[in-house]
Amino acid sequence: MKWEVRIAYKRGVQDPEGETTLQALKMLGFEKVERVSTAKLFIIEGECSREEVERMCRRLLANPVSQDYEIRRLAD
Amino acid sequence: MRLAELRVLVLRSQGTNCDAETAHSIRETGAGAEVVHVNKLLRGRRSLEEFHALVLPGGFSYGDRIRSGAVLAKLLASRLRRELQSFVEEGKPVLGICNGFQVLIETGLLPFGEVGEPMLALAKNASARFEARWVHLLRGAATPFTEKLPRVSRMPVANAEGRVVLPLGREQRLLEELEENNQIPLRYCSPQGALAHGEYPLNPSGSFADIAAIATPEGNVMGMMPHPERAFHRYMYPDWTRNGAQGKGDGYRIFQGMLEYAAGRL
Repeated sequence: MKWEVRIAYKRGVQDPEGETTLQALKMLGFEKVERVSTAKLFIIEGECSREEVERMCRRLLANPVSQDYEIRRLAD
Repeated sequence: MRLAELRVLVLRSQGTNCDAETAHSIRETGAGAEVVHVNKLLRGRRSLEEFHALVLPGGFSYGDRIRSGAVLAKLLASRLRRELQSFVEEGKPVLGICNGFQVLIETGLLPFGEVGEPMLALAKNASARFEARWVHLLRGAATPFTEKLPRVSRMPVANAEGRVVLPLGREQRLLEELEENNQIPLRYCSPQGALAHGEYPLNPSGSFADIAAIATPEGNVMGMMPHPERAFHRYMYPDWTRNGAQGKGDGYRIFQGMLEYAAGRL
């Protein structure tokens, strides 16, 4: 099985890299861009259930105070 | 117990890079320090119990992968949970510097001294950059580590993830709780000692409420973002040619406070 785990700052927690990217895009003339957020992506392969991947997120991959996680199953 | 009889553990892992100067600072303050790799503790070849104090030094444990401090913290919290928890409950001092502060937050030991799920986060600096600069620190709540500091002290920070984040929507309540419990020993301030109020670069990271250090309510566990080992002697200060190179710096006071406290209770 193949899982995609996306870790991003919660809405409401400042995302400085996103803000800098937004400014840079505007400077390059992409004026319609309103918001940029960054995220970190992990691809996890192995015979793991969704529950196990969730436990991985809670125990290691995300800090529950500042970050949210999203889990998606990918085609093998 | 005399200072010289104290044995301090400076915990190293792959990517730690402030262990030598931190151990050196402890020795110059008068106690014994030993740098031990975390794998030796994990394999049971060494034990926390041998030591009177624990220092988690700065650096980039496990290459700052996932989040700064996260991998080392989860290793400690899952494999050495009982030893670590009883070390803290015995009242022995635990100091986390920079990456060590990140580790203490990720183990859950800060802010309330319980190994478990983190209740705080250290997020990327608001400037989106690695901040390496000297800052001013206002002494707040009294802890063994900070009681010997002057009201305003000076030390350098060097971090990419130093912004203290409190749980959304509960920031104000938790802040009040931390203040009531005397858990905020150091805050970023101006050279005159006025709080930074988030202003950059006085507050180098955008840290919530200018928080530069957090301690447990009992005060024997403290994490701090600035590096005391880099402000140990006056000659390490950037203005040493103008304002004198003689004597000890503010960082020395942190080690002195920690070690005298440890010696006093044994």
